Amino acid sequence: MGAASAEPLKPDDLPLAGKQTMAWPVDPASNTVRSGSRLNKVLLLRLDSESFDPETKERAAEGVIAYSAVCTHTGCDVTNWHPDRQLLECPCHYSFYDPKEAAKVVSGPSPRRLPALPLKIVDGRLVVAKSFTGRAGFQQT
Amino acid sequence: MIDRQRLYVTVAASALALMLSAGAILAQQPLPPLPKPDTPPPVPPILQSYKPVTAERLKQPEDGDWLTYRRTYDGWGYSPLGQITAENAGRLKPVWTLATGQIEGHQAPPIVNNGVMFVATPGNQVLAIDAKAGNLLWRFKRPIPEDILLLHPTSRGVGVLGDKVYFAAADAVLVALDAKTGNEVWNAKVEDYTHGYYMSLAPLVADGKVMIGVSGGELGVRGFVAAFDAETGKPAWKTYAVPAPGEPGSETWPNGDEWKTGGGSVWITGTYDPETNLAFWGTGNGGPWMGDQRPGDNLFTSSTIALDAATGKIKGYYQYHPNDSWDWDEVTPPILVDYQHGGRTVKGLVYVARDGYLWMLERTADKINFVDGKPFVKQNVFKSLDLKTGRPDVDPAHKPETGKKAEFCPSLWGGKDWPPVAYSPKTRLLYIPANENLCGTITGEKVTYTPGQRYTGAVATLYMAPDADHIGELQAWNLDTGQKVWNHPFANSQLWGPVLATAGGVLFMGGTNDRYFRAFDATNGKILWEFRTGSGVNGVPVSFQIDGKQYIAVQSGWGVDAARMQARINLVRPWEFPDVPQGGSVWVFALD
Repeated sequence: MGAASAEPLKPDDLPLAGKQTMAWPVDPASNTVRSGSRLNKVLLLRLDSESFDPETKERAAEGVIAYSAVCTHTGCDVTNWHPDRQLLECPCHYSFYDPKEAAKVVSGPSPRRLPALPLKIVDGRLVVAKSFTGRAGFQQT
Repeated sequence: MIDRQRLYVTVAASALALMLSAGAILAQQPLPPLPKPDTPPPVPPILQSYKPVTAERLKQPEDGDWLTYRRTYDGWGYSPLGQITAENAGRLKPVWTLATGQIEGHQAPPIVNNGVMFVATPGNQVLAIDAKAGNLLWRFKRPIPEDILLLHPTSRGVGVLGDKVYFAAADAVLVALDAKTGNEVWNAKVEDYTHGYYMSLAPLVADGKVMIGVSGGELGVRGFVAAFDAETGKPAWKTYAVPAPGEPGSETWPNGDEWKTGGGSVWITGTYDPETNLAFWGTGNGGPWMGDQRPGDNLFTSSTIALDAATGKIKGYYQYHPNDSWDWDEVTPPILVDYQHGGRTVKGLVYVARDGYLWMLERTADKINFVDGKPFVKQNVFKSLDLKTGRPDVDPAHKPETGKKAEFCPSLWGGKDWPPVAYSPKTRLLYIPANENLCGTITGEKVTYTPGQRYTGAVATLYMAPDADHIGELQAWNLDTGQKVWNHPFANSQLWGPVLATAGGVLFMGGTNDRYFRAFDATNGKILWEFRTGSGVNGVPVSFQIDGKQYIAVQSGWGVDAARMQARINLVRPWEFPDVPQGGSVWVFALD
């Protein structure tokens, strides 16, 4: 991934209540973009934090929340956004997730929610606060 | 829709301290010794006397066996066993059931060789089972890579030859197992899963080779069929469904590098004609989905190709619709059956297409000829077919393009998707598991290719035709008259049920969202018996015989596109089409 020109994200870079932005984490010390595995890809949303459940509120930074971009059903990127209901949708098998409630599965075949990546703000930038709340990737039985 | 993947979040530098937990340093009780790793488990008697599968047996299987995906190379899905009849089918009872431990779509037929059953399931798993008693004999499981994008998590079965069992693993690796132990004998990498190639089909074993194809038509693959030596796994040949510049058919890909990501995936087992050594394979949609992003007819997408099993050379082809823009994969192969047409017997190929047409073709040693074609469900895309070639005259109003929304019938899942038809030589009827009254829209959009990522460039919706009173229907067609003889509709369900025909005049099929597995009268479509399993039945049903008794076997396990369609219909008719419970199991039935 050619990430050399990429700038670290700030909350204002994300459209309020708009479609998710796909992003990679980067190690600030070495400037290494952690894109070696597609399981590191995250999706970012900026929403009204008053609509968040307590769990989500704690993980959000200025209304921005991050989830694994990889659907927990069969591993597609979760790329669809329904602005009217504020739901994420996987285009492959139509699993719906509610980002305001810890990305719980609203409908569809996904067996579990999207793992969250807690965020914080450092010097105005979005920074990862803690590791993923669960294993990124889809169901392996 | 391109997301701004160049943007990223910064990761906080953090250090983890590791320390021993108190429990780890406490003394523990000595464990009993493990069996020596070089001591294999005992081989059960039924496997010690495993009957090797010969090339002759594959060509002419014993009545009581089911050795290939459709039992015979001609693709009929017909069992000559006739103990179960229309009169007694009501007395069918479960004999045993076995949980597979997997969710998702269980589509594979139980393959039965002289009392030993092999079942492939989602999760890269193959089970060997005593077909009469239901005992699990061995279990093979291959890890699925964590980073794979597995759009269709299923397997449609195994192939067998000699004392080997062949499994097309999801991560695009062909595996040969020892039928007696389940141990891997060899494996062969087929393609790179990180570039969108995956596998789900049952291998076709013929001419001393194991033939497979690849999925990935939504991920920018270039589809192909490849053959490997059945004994050693050595690659024999590889034939792409999309030609490179200079190869025959490349003139239908005039623009640059579009052929490299042109689709034409191959994900259903081919049929085979031992007389000509030709294997007939179906190919999938072009990639990306919108035809205006890859001008030309795009051979050999949405086609049947006839491959010489010895060399892989394309000896003939028939393209059902050029420049596909509806996601109409035509991947199930035509069945080989002779029929009457225009006062003569046609050495035929009969194909029930996702594009909603029933195609009557003729097979020769070096060509596939068009004979006739007619819609078997509502179809508003083809205005007519060319009388000589069968080439459809496509109505542009119903063809989606980049930036243009079009509505069309049948939906992108077609009049019939992957579930195989069945043909009975006794009734001379062709049985089609169809979906009627479903239409859809697609809006095309620009898309950029990223290896291993979704590459469709389309937003699709589903809708019901006005005045629709049902969706799924089991149809019966007389191939000699070209007429539909009977139709069994399902008012409140789509149909994703492979069909089994038997000599007893009984058909078997699941495929509805109410979890039933059913027996039908082959002459009129009336339900003779039904049994409710734990999940929806998407598996290919089979029949076999042990100690003189006829059995019926099928996998229950709803998932993949059946579940996907359920979710889409639920948007049209909210609350009426809730998720169907998942969880796979093998079922065996017999008369009490």
